[in-house]
Amino acid sequence: MTPTAIRVRGLRKSYGELEAVKGIDLDVAEGRVFALLGPNGAGKTTIVEILEGYRNRSAGEVSVLGSDPRDAEASFRRRVGIVLQSTGVEPYLTVSELIEQFRGYYPDPRPLDETIELVGLTAKRNDRVKRLSGGQQRRLDVALGLAGNPDLLFLDEPTTGFDPGARRDAWQMIRNLRELGVTVFLTTHYMDEAQSLADEVAILVDGRIAAQGPPAILTSGKQTRIRFRLPEGTPPPGGSTVAGDAFEIHADEPTRELHELTSWAVERGVELDQLTVSHASLEDVYLELTQPENGGGR
Amino acid sequence: MSGLALALRQVRYENLAFWRNPAAAFFTFAFPLMFLVIFNLAFGNELIRIEGGRTVRFSTFIIPAIITLSIVNTQYTNIAMRIVFGRDGGLLKRVRGTPLPAWSFVLGTIAHATLLGLLLVVITIAAGALFYGVDVPTTTLPALVVTLIVAAAGYSALGLAITTVIPNADAAPAIVNFSILPLYFLSNVFIRIEDPPAWLDFIRELFPIIHTVRAVEAAFSPLTSGSGLRLGDLAFIALWGVAGAVIAARFFSWEPRL
Repeated sequence: MTPTAIRVRGLRKSYGELEAVKGIDLDVAEGRVFALLGPNGAGKTTIVEILEGYRNRSAGEVSVLGSDPRDAEASFRRRVGIVLQSTGVEPYLTVSELIEQFRGYYPDPRPLDETIELVGLTAKRNDRVKRLSGGQQRRLDVALGLAGNPDLLFLDEPTTGFDPGARRDAWQMIRNLRELGVTVFLTTHYMDEAQSLADEVAILVDGRIAAQGPPAILTSGKQTRIRFRLPEGTPPPGGSTVAGDAFEIHADEPTRELHELTSWAVERGVELDQLTVSHASLEDVYLELTQPENGGGR
Repeated sequence: MSGLALALRQVRYENLAFWRNPAAAFFTFAFPLMFLVIFNLAFGNELIRIEGGRTVRFSTFIIPAIITLSIVNTQYTNIAMRIVFGRDGGLLKRVRGTPLPAWSFVLGTIAHATLLGLLLVVITIAAGALFYGVDVPTTTLPALVVTLIVAAAGYSALGLAITTVIPNADAAPAIVNFSILPLYFLSNVFIRIEDPPAWLDFIRELFPIIHTVRAVEAAFSPLTSGSGLRLGDLAFIALWGVAGAVIAARFFSWEPRL
């Protein structure tokens, strides 16, 4: 069994009367990418900040790299990199100066050039922070989190506000980190991000974990969706439901049901415009859990 | 690296960043020089005969007020602003997530501010001597250095303390100015109130500014005989500083206040 980087049992956190985290268990294996998902206000940031040692918990056991983050000892800080949602840096320093400054806080930092290269800021290394674009500043955030060569990296919504190209680059960067053996604890709003990157996800709803597991397992057993359009006036085949301006079939046996659909269409000489067959995604699972009224009945 | 070496490293980066913003740096240094010019325009710069038959330019007597202004500005005002803006912008929280000891970070901030303050004092005295014939003290120079160090430490601690009652960066300038500007007027910095009513005298004696002005005057004035060390006033400043340090240690926040 792989050693555990993060182990949480019965974690609770209350703010006065409000209980934000209502007893959760988590295990993150070393060297894995773990994604914590959930709507705004579900308690993601509270949990992450408890794991990072910023916030005290109300109850439960927490072990991060073998330490209790509540103590926030220097030995713990040296092994953990933290990329917060929004943080400031000295705007008048250059990329390499700032990374160099942060490297100095750690006993065994990652080499400067390697850190810059990892986040793809090589071309900007001598630019001042205030001249960087939003996406570049976010990469610098990640670089500062990596400067100490951490065993565990926390990434709180690392790609929020990125354009699609920048997101793909960020994903590649996270995959590179995984290959270097860094454990990554990620929070995100983007289901495709979690599906594409995470070895394991946990979906947080209202302070509790509603589902946890590898994305492929969470989505397995879900129905396959067959979607198509019909020429106007054509009555749809039995078993299909209206979905916007198209029709959908939610198939438990997709091979047979797709065959029946296409046979039906060929017999009638009808073209199934924009025919797609897709497996349930993490997003479907997520929506089902977070908005049962929208997803559950499909 | 030891915490002290890390603090020195912080000073280096603070300094690098400071000079990268030439406008801010320029006005930091223009500030005391502007007062030097204004006070000279307002009060003139006559030759004054003092005991022993020596003559001194009047400007010599306004330098202590400008020194006080400079130190309070770089330590109290500047540290409070930097901390609150760093706190609201997330810089403090980010640093808190690294192994850098909290005290190294704070000491680095204070040390850089102190270097700036001392540089301002040197520039002010040099400009005074060069352009206005200001008398530079010799025998009381050690007292001046001690006074500046005590004042720098005290106002740094007070700068940290005031951040604990500043809710956010937008409110910082208003609160810091409110806390200090009235004292400048009451405490012989901007204007001299020679015979204040008893209640006013009582109030201003409670705050450290007038004690700072007095201590710097004693260490700077050519009228001083003896060492020029005003231990009572220095102790008073130090007491305020200790109180500030205790408040800061107890209530300091590394994260924006909600």
